[in-house]
Amino acid sequence: MTDTRDNRESSGSKVFVYAMIFSLGLTLVFTLVANMLPQVQGEAPSEQMVDLGSLTMDDFIALGKDLFENKGTCTLCHKPAPLGRAPDIEGADMVAVSEERLADGRYQGEAKDAAGYILESMVDPSRYVVATWGKKGTNDAESPMPAVDKPPIQLSTVEIDAVIAYLQAKDGNEVTVSLPSPEAAAETAAAAPAATGAPVPAATADEAMTKYVCTGCHALDSNDALVGPGLLSVGARLSTDEIRQSIIDPNAVISEGFPPAMPADFADKMTVRELEMIVELLAGKK
Amino acid sequence: MKNNSPRQLISQTPLAILLWVIFLVGFVPGISGASTVQAAEGTGVETRIAPVGRVQVEGQPIVEVEVTAADAAETELIAAPRPSRKDYPNIGVSSRAVVWILAQMHLFFGALVLAVPLFVLVIELTGMITGDDRYDDMAHEFMKISLVGFSLTAIIGGSLALALFMLYPDFMAYMMRVFGAQWLVYAGLFFLESFFLYTYYYGWNAFRYGNKKWLHLTLGLMLNASGMTIMVLANSWATFMMAPSGVNEVGAVVGNIWEVMKGPLWNPINLHRFIANIAFGGAVVGAYAAFKFLSTRDPALRAHYDWMGYTSNFIAILAFLPLPFAGYWLMAEIYAYSQQMGITAMGGILAWLFIVQAVLIGTILLAGNFYLWSGMSRTEGSVRYQWLIKYIAATLVICFLIWVTPHTLILSAREIAALGGSHHHILGPLGIMPAKNIAVNLMLIATFLSFQIYRRSDKVATVSWAPAGNALIVAIYVVAVANIIFAGVYYGYFTNTLYKVGSSVIQVVSTLVVIITGIVIDSLIFKNAKTLPSHWGRIPDRAQYALFALPIAFTWLMGLMGYVRSSVKTHWHVYTVMKDNSPDNFIPTIGYAGNMITIVTVLFLLMVLFMFWVANLGSTRQPEASADGGATV
Repeated sequence: MTDTRDNRESSGSKVFVYAMIFSLGLTLVFTLVANMLPQVQGEAPSEQMVDLGSLTMDDFIALGKDLFENKGTCTLCHKPAPLGRAPDIEGADMVAVSEERLADGRYQGEAKDAAGYILESMVDPSRYVVATWGKKGTNDAESPMPAVDKPPIQLSTVEIDAVIAYLQAKDGNEVTVSLPSPEAAAETAAAAPAATGAPVPAATADEAMTKYVCTGCHALDSNDALVGPGLLSVGARLSTDEIRQSIIDPNAVISEGFPPAMPADFADKMTVRELEMIVELLAGKK
Repeated sequence: MKNNSPRQLISQTPLAILLWVIFLVGFVPGISGASTVQAAEGTGVETRIAPVGRVQVEGQPIVEVEVTAADAAETELIAAPRPSRKDYPNIGVSSRAVVWILAQMHLFFGALVLAVPLFVLVIELTGMITGDDRYDDMAHEFMKISLVGFSLTAIIGGSLALALFMLYPDFMAYMMRVFGAQWLVYAGLFFLESFFLYTYYYGWNAFRYGNKKWLHLTLGLMLNASGMTIMVLANSWATFMMAPSGVNEVGAVVGNIWEVMKGPLWNPINLHRFIANIAFGGAVVGAYAAFKFLSTRDPALRAHYDWMGYTSNFIAILAFLPLPFAGYWLMAEIYAYSQQMGITAMGGILAWLFIVQAVLIGTILLAGNFYLWSGMSRTEGSVRYQWLIKYIAATLVICFLIWVTPHTLILSAREIAALGGSHHHILGPLGIMPAKNIAVNLMLIATFLSFQIYRRSDKVATVSWAPAGNALIVAIYVVAVANIIFAGVYYGYFTNTLYKVGSSVIQVVSTLVVIITGIVIDSLIFKNAKTLPSHWGRIPDRAQYALFALPIAFTWLMGLMGYVRSSVKTHWHVYTVMKDNSPDNFIPTIGYAGNMITIVTVLFLLMVLFMFWVANLGSTRQPEASADGGATV
């Protein structure tokens, strides 16, 4: 098909301009959508020097939590039902769960206690596969989980111990793994990311109340006013939403006769679980 | 001339005695302590000195040292390099950005020039079977407008290779070692492809009729065969980087080239790219037809370009319909290979990207459907089906909105409190995959319905069983839709995550049944059907903008999917065996990726315009200057 000047209308350049405006405009729309979404950058695990020899147990547990959520990539799969692709860990007491699994007739591993079981499940996940969570077609004989001491995760021995410490401590259980010895610390000095030093999350509502020093200003067992109002029957006075609001945005509504003294940064400090535990506890005080 | 050996020469000098003593003390067994070492090693002098080079004992033949299998294995097993940050050259701009732009441009043009000859061959074959020269002309024109694309693909590919060698030398050295001679095969295939390309294109009119047409079709087939082989070879590099095979856990090659190539993701990627290329190629040439249609008022040309645009859209949408299923297979294989990798893509930090994907695919489906509805004005028979359009449109819009509903929001405790929980009580359930699977499958079925009623518009069935056939088609639609919704709701919300994946198979099968049975039953119903007149060129101008929207959305979508495919490797060049320690070893934000994708899309748009412009230069002739200074036409 050969064009001639006659049939190549003068509208050609106009069409070109319109088509370009339309095409570039559409491209711009897609770009805007991409820029409107939450911007998250996936950092490669940082390899930093850290003096493991001077760690306290709290630091070690915090390190474990950090590894659990970041470098270990555990939370990719271990989520609460129905989202998870592996058993929920954060919502379960892993020490109690481990003991149940050790007592299970299907268990063929070599672990003798909870710490051993957790270790075994991390470095040899197919040793015991929780029913229904095995690889498709393997009848729960093979786990889809990668060994965490191998690539791409590659946790060191000390890092694995830190995760175990976190999993024991998060539900208030005794931590049975030892802090890294100076020798082990020296061996893995360059392997672990720096401990964040973040406080350990509270396991129960009472722990959370203690952690955030609520009782410094509020009486829990009476309606007497200290710095803030007593909380004995707070559940009768306020709805769940009002309690939640009064914690995370205390200055929105201030009880009559009280100064605006309550810290306004609990929303940033508390984990969601801690907040919900406290709200639940207070809502039950009627 | 007497031929004295060096030994004889030495023996004739007084120094010989001294040398002989040294020799005896140093090497003869039992005279010096060296014998102990020798005995321990159990090897003769020749064996021990031979590896040094071409050293030999005077007068003795050259000893070939036998290399044991263990020695050979030891020398071949070389682990993947572990470059540190200083091993990556710094050219002042992001190396990843440079490679990103070049690689994506190469993929765009590569996809285009692989796809066009494929459907050109089918159109040419159709022209031969039907005896309609219009098919042949259109196929030829498709080849003409994409011809420059082959050169552009090669130029950008060469630039990409240079950039990779310069910016990622250790990585490229490793890839060269792993794939070895395959690189030469790859290069050799370009000669083959070029031969078939030029003989196919320039031989079009020389081999146009009779048996020569078969020769021409064979050339086209060989062009496609060489092109596809090039594609699958190149795909093996990408899939090796994602899921390496044929290497041990430190990256040393332990398998042959076939084992290296045939990783778990190779065939899913091959299929996915093959189908996507056709959809992409159809969309790009459709834009050309739309531009030509809008630029002319000549009814004959408008009819030609309308038909060309319709054919392009037909190719693009038809190839697009099975694409989600190929994508599903790819994701299923990714999950099977590494659940961690799968979740990084679908549920981790890359998950937001699928909202953009939904917007893009929604745009493609809405544009494709809109073009089909507009095209129904070409024939009077379409009034029988136009009442369906509003329902199809409503289905598409509702499903699109469900698809773009996000699920896991990154919220502060304050926002969670305002929302009443981590998920909205209505939008939360709509944000998870079961709802989206329902939406996607219904959108595909709605699009097929648009396509089906368009195809029916210019036909009146003459077979006696047509009413029963129609009832059967309606029944299949109803059952399939019910099945898709039931499977999605029941397995998606009332069982655990593992069953959700299984339920999508039921949904996909339901959709495929609708498409396949729809095509089969319609082809039987409309056998020997009465054909109503169609008026090519009778379509609103605004419908052509749908043909501009398609390639833009496809191009952007390819860029986006390239970003996720590459990012799931996280901080690895080759997943689990070679770490990426470059300054760019993080997954960039979706906004940054969006900006990069827009840059490559606009660059591609400009280069495609150049390609079309060059194609038209060939059929343009400058008017000769007349004596009075004006131009003659």
